[in-house]
Amino acid sequence: MTVRRIALVLPLLMFLGFVALAVYRMGEPQQRVIASKMVGKPVPAMDLVGMDELHPGLNDGDLRQGTVTLVNLFASWCAPCRVEAPQLKELADKGVVIHGIAVRDTPENITAFLKDHGDPFRRIGMDPNSKAVLNLGASGLPETFLIDGKGIIRKQYIGQIRPEQVAEILKDIEEAKGS
Amino acid sequence: MIPEIGHAALWLAAGLALAQALAGFRADGGRIAVPAALLQGVLCAVAFAALTWAFVKSDFSVALVAGNSHTAKPELYKWTGVWANHEGSMLLWAAVLAVFGALAAIRAKGLGERFRTVMLSAQGFIALGFYAYLLIASNPFARIVPAPIEGSGMNPLLQDPGLAFHPPLLYIGYVGLSVTFSFAVAALLLNRVTPEWARAVKPWVLGAWSFLTAGITLGSFWAYYELGWGGWWFWDPVENASLMPWLAATALFHSVGVLAARGALKNWTLLLAVVAFSLSMVGTFIVRSGLLTSVHAFAVDPERGIFLLVLLAIYVGGALTLYALRAGTVTAGTPFRPVSREGGLVVNNLILSAVLGVVFLGTLYPLFLEAATGEQVSVGPPYFQTALLPLLLPLVAVMAAGPLMRWRAMDWAGLGRRLVPALVLGIAAIGIALALGMRSPLALAGVALSAWLAAASVMIFRGRKLKRVRRIPASVWGTALAHLGIAVTTLGIAVSGAGTIETLANLAPGGRLSAGPYTAQVDDIMPAAGPNYTAIRAMLSVTGPDATIVLAPERRTFVNPGNETTETDIWPRLTGNLYAVLGPGDGSGRWQVRLVWQPMIALIWIGGMMAAFGGLISMMQGRRRREDME
Repeated sequence: MTVRRIALVLPLLMFLGFVALAVYRMGEPQQRVIASKMVGKPVPAMDLVGMDELHPGLNDGDLRQGTVTLVNLFASWCAPCRVEAPQLKELADKGVVIHGIAVRDTPENITAFLKDHGDPFRRIGMDPNSKAVLNLGASGLPETFLIDGKGIIRKQYIGQIRPEQVAEILKDIEEAKGS
Repeated sequence: MIPEIGHAALWLAAGLALAQALAGFRADGGRIAVPAALLQGVLCAVAFAALTWAFVKSDFSVALVAGNSHTAKPELYKWTGVWANHEGSMLLWAAVLAVFGALAAIRAKGLGERFRTVMLSAQGFIALGFYAYLLIASNPFARIVPAPIEGSGMNPLLQDPGLAFHPPLLYIGYVGLSVTFSFAVAALLLNRVTPEWARAVKPWVLGAWSFLTAGITLGSFWAYYELGWGGWWFWDPVENASLMPWLAATALFHSVGVLAARGALKNWTLLLAVVAFSLSMVGTFIVRSGLLTSVHAFAVDPERGIFLLVLLAIYVGGALTLYALRAGTVTAGTPFRPVSREGGLVVNNLILSAVLGVVFLGTLYPLFLEAATGEQVSVGPPYFQTALLPLLLPLVAVMAAGPLMRWRAMDWAGLGRRLVPALVLGIAAIGIALALGMRSPLALAGVALSAWLAAASVMIFRGRKLKRVRRIPASVWGTALAHLGIAVTTLGIAVSGAGTIETLANLAPGGRLSAGPYTAQVDDIMPAAGPNYTAIRAMLSVTGPDATIVLAPERRTFVNPGNETTETDIWPRLTGNLYAVLGPGDGSGRWQVRLVWQPMIALIWIGGMMAAFGGLISMMQGRRRREDME
């Protein structure tokens, strides 16, 4: 094959490479689990407005008060968030401090949601443009982060918390307390 | 009823596209292809009008309207809402394609009946794919039962005049290149790569290029004042997707010039013609399939993505295969010397291709890397700036010389003499910039190159008599204006890049901050309400050396869907822009206020629009010449 022939075929080969790549990318499941790069790091700076009088807002300082806390990203429009509500309630009843971050949501809708599905939250920060979601490195809803008393993110639980996970989370909290 | 008419028009248009595509296989196919192309233009206009009607009347029984509109939305954005969503934008794409097909059927007669039929046949094949996509995978007219009483809004970031008109301009540019593509396919099939072919295709390239330029300029301006980051280009994958066809089209109409004059660079020009539209489709595919994620968050839908990918593979793969098989049979043209207009245009093409390569690599490299190693990286401005500066500076330098060179051959001394005024002005510009306090070597180089290019662009008129100004060809006016526009943009980039002063402070009412010669005092921070949003607005009274004004940047919270945007307020001055942004509050009455002084930044967009108009003026030339030929 002469150089000239290669030059004529090269654009086609490059394009086929692109198509192969695109097929490969699109063949992957779209709901990939993306582990946050923030695990092991301090919580990012945030200052979220509270939902109502009962639920003050959340800032990064609140997560450095010496208590191990769970931060749960949720929304009233998110179906799996309803599925995990009983587990969150159970954790809260066992004394775990849980703060919520309400993503792209309104106080009215959240109030209705909490009335139907139980309210495990001490604080609820409003995140109208998903900025806190992005800063925490979450890829979707719901996600829950375990944060130790010094404000370091210890664990990330992706997707809804299933009943069998409750014991595991309680164990993780004990470990975080010890560290 | 009206949406059904639109839907039916789309089906009819698809049938006509099929007839048009098959007409190329018949000797007398022109009798079918030409009316089919014309009718498709009408039918697509009907379909588009039908969807517009549904949006303007807020017909929420149409699923697309219910999902993307709202009765409380301002009137203008009901109109523009038609294309501010996936299905509607694809309908716009198909409609523009059909209108271009109809125009091509009317205007492209110069190369003979057979050529026109084959070219329209290629155009029909492309149209058919997009109709199939709309009708099978992405029907904009689908109904929902029961119809909701209220729509669920529209992305408030898109509620902006800049963005409302930026996609249609880009689409006209993208899709206009389809005619060039069909011209190339027909030329390959019929072995008609001649100077006449180049002259016939040039106005189409110029027209598409002008709209692309205007669309990209407007998009950049939108990003500047709506996203609130103060920058004007972010090397975001979606921006790059529009830049790549622009680079290919820029190289294309310069190489078409060589082909038209000398019969040279045939294969290269054909390849560019194919690549320019291919990159338009790749760009649309990348944006619409969610293959690359970026600030322009569009819904990810794998099935539609696969459909678009199949279309892309057929069209681009088919054309490139044709190129590989047939381009070898194209004969070479007349030779020319390295120092000549042709030589200059070859250098232009080489540099532009290198720029295209850098952008292509930077945009797709993260994808390749992730596929190969699973590692996730993002390629940002540092890569593009480092890799592109050594290319762009010489490009601007060479641009000045190009139009001053004679065709076929020229000696260095003659070229040197013509460039003396440019050199003098370039050096003078460095002197002025130094005197004004500019110290960055890169910015000084930018200012010098800008003056050099501006002077050389005016020198294009050398030797032409003022009395005979009406006889100066439009292409000369167009080239001069477009090159001058690039000089203006270069100046804007250099000066704003070096002279931007930014300050940020947490202020309560009464607080002050300054940027450059301006000082702002926060008079008040108060709630405000708009037609479908609520906002916090800061009133800043700004004092400058010569005037005082009140700037009122806002943070808007849109009701439906809940979303927050920053509305910057900009004070455009002759010497630059003062840019004010209201950041988040700290809950204790203090708000983050950002004040940025950006000297001469508006020149970036003014230059871009000048270049776009230059392209349109040059296009007129091509039209007139073709009429003469007929």
